[in-house]
Amino acid sequence: MSEARASIAEPAERAPTDWRAAAMQRRLRRRYASERRFRLWGLAAVVISAAFLAFLLFSMAASGIGGFLRSEIALPIDLKSAALPVKPEQLRSRGADFALASAGLENFVGVAVVRAFGPDGADLVADNGWTFVRDAIKRDPSLLGQRTTIWVPASSALEAGARGDGPASMRALAARFKASGALARGFDWAFLTGTDSTDPTAVGIWGAFKGSMFTMLVTLLIAFPVGVLSAIYLEEYAPRNHWTDLIEVSINNLAAVPSIIFGLLGLALFLNTLHLPRSAPIVGGLTLALMIMPVIVIASRNAIKAVPPSIRDAALAVGASKVQVIFHHILPLALPGVLTGTIIGMARALGETAPLLLIGMRAFIVAAPDTLTDPATVLPVQIFLWSDEVSRGFVEKTSAAIIVLLLFLLAMNGLAIYLRNRFETRW
Amino acid sequence: MNDLTALAQNETAAALPAQKISARNVNVYYGDKKAIDDVSIDVDRENVTAFIGPSGCGKSTFLRTLNRMNDTIPSARVEGEILLDGEDIYSPDMDVVQLRARVGMVFQKPNPFPKSIFENVAYGPRIHGLARNKADLQRIVEESLKRAGLWDEVKDRLADSGTALSGGQQQRLCIARAIAVDPEVILMDEPASALDPIATAKIEELIHELRGRYAIVIVTHNMQQAARVSQRTAFFHLGQMVEYGATSQIFTNPRQTRTKDYITGRYG
Repeated sequence: MSEARASIAEPAERAPTDWRAAAMQRRLRRRYASERRFRLWGLAAVVISAAFLAFLLFSMAASGIGGFLRSEIALPIDLKSAALPVKPEQLRSRGADFALASAGLENFVGVAVVRAFGPDGADLVADNGWTFVRDAIKRDPSLLGQRTTIWVPASSALEAGARGDGPASMRALAARFKASGALARGFDWAFLTGTDSTDPTAVGIWGAFKGSMFTMLVTLLIAFPVGVLSAIYLEEYAPRNHWTDLIEVSINNLAAVPSIIFGLLGLALFLNTLHLPRSAPIVGGLTLALMIMPVIVIASRNAIKAVPPSIRDAALAVGASKVQVIFHHILPLALPGVLTGTIIGMARALGETAPLLLIGMRAFIVAAPDTLTDPATVLPVQIFLWSDEVSRGFVEKTSAAIIVLLLFLLAMNGLAIYLRNRFETRW
Repeated sequence: MNDLTALAQNETAAALPAQKISARNVNVYYGDKKAIDDVSIDVDRENVTAFIGPSGCGKSTFLRTLNRMNDTIPSARVEGEILLDGEDIYSPDMDVVQLRARVGMVFQKPNPFPKSIFENVAYGPRIHGLARNKADLQRIVEESLKRAGLWDEVKDRLADSGTALSGGQQQRLCIARAIAVDPEVILMDEPASALDPIATAKIEELIHELRGRYAIVIVTHNMQQAARVSQRTAFFHLGQMVEYGATSQIFTNPRQTRTKDYITGRYG
């Protein structure tokens, strides 16, 4: 010991540091300046991304808000003179739609339109306008014996005119109707409850919304258990060798594979090999489950890895078996991370379009799906389809659908935050 | 000449009921590195046995082989024979889960489950089916907390989180948790090293009270602590057990120079 100490040469006496020297002050100033600079850069980055987000939200809201509104035109109609051959008890039965249709209601409404708005009147009323007359009669059968006024949706040309869009003649016409109180805009409930249509004034997103929910359900039911179980197995049971290394690399790579490739996989596997129905939520859900499974596996593995080993030791030391350690301790502690990963994956699946196009979910589907095997479409695909339409009326419907999709995403992320907080504060 | 050779000559002593655990020629490897080199030791049923030695001498590693906690480390490998009441704990017939219930462990850093105080203690009895009903479980929890000297401090807040307790209380909760499964042996891996002197004194007092009911093995780097709580002391150095004997003899009259150097503070 003493030899070692002696062998170290005594260092030369250091001059006392002068903390007030000019060089020292310069260094200080430089340090502060670089800190200020860095803070500004960071702030600028945040401002730029916030500005883009604000622009997106603002432009969507501005052009989409109209999609939730609908112009209606007051149609004077003399149902008494029509003397439709319909009995009141038929109107209460389930065959009311058929009875009214076969009684020639559509033609009669066409006549009433021409009588009220002149020879070009048919251009002012939406193609499905007569169904509103039909529904009004069903609600109140006494209308059949009256002269009355029924509000029916305006055509998309008049709708555009009411918005101040389209040809000048239509704008003038809309202004005149509005002045006389025969044209009004209101919230379009049919947009939320209806399904796809070729007429922009008649479209609704309920079909696509329901399709999205069915698809998400399938995705969740497949991807969550399979993803979490894989993560548990890989973290807790799998030996560390070349095979598990290979699996780990593959999973990381799968998470980065372009989604359209998963569409091809779904096409080859579920449609061409397993012969599942085309365009169905079950196929869409399975395809998206394949796509988000790597995301769930990676997030779950990280969450499991983050559980302190001392908890594992504690459980083992009181004689818990491996399964007990995992399900009583590791998984509950990892759950917030697992759920966050799952919901991020689900949000990605909800917004996905490309793989669904390949498995046929881009079809024009008028009926909302009732089962997992019915043909359906989903919100992002519906947006894509509408954005491709020629008719001007689809522009704001597209924006409106985007707003609905964003709200859906927002709700899902809100749920993620809620679940995370709930499970974190439980202990 | 020394205790080791004495033990070797007197092999039959291992079968005597006074020995709870007897280890014979134990080697432990981490990968290629030999962490424990040919250790043979008998742990008394009625006494507290202390393992002392400088950091990295293998005392904790050896402790963890006694309830097979090293099984969780993939690279660890154990050779030799460790008998618990004459039963080889590394034989394929031995159920590890039951072994760990019989040989409980308390760790260096208090590690209560992030659950309520009650749940912390009740967890072991519950998974081993030790309680017939709810009242029985409550009785076990109360008794364990009382025996760990924690009952009076926590009886009004059993539903609070175990992690909200102070460090010393957490460690006593961990001891209560270990007691609750009614083990035969309790292994303590530096149980007081993360605690302040008052909490340490409480833990030492507790060890005194638990002695006789459980065979206790305690690893400590605090020699005064070993002297205070144990009746038998083993000195480990560089993976070998240098000397093993009565605590009073180890501290007052060590036979090995290495032990003497360590006791007198020449290294460590």
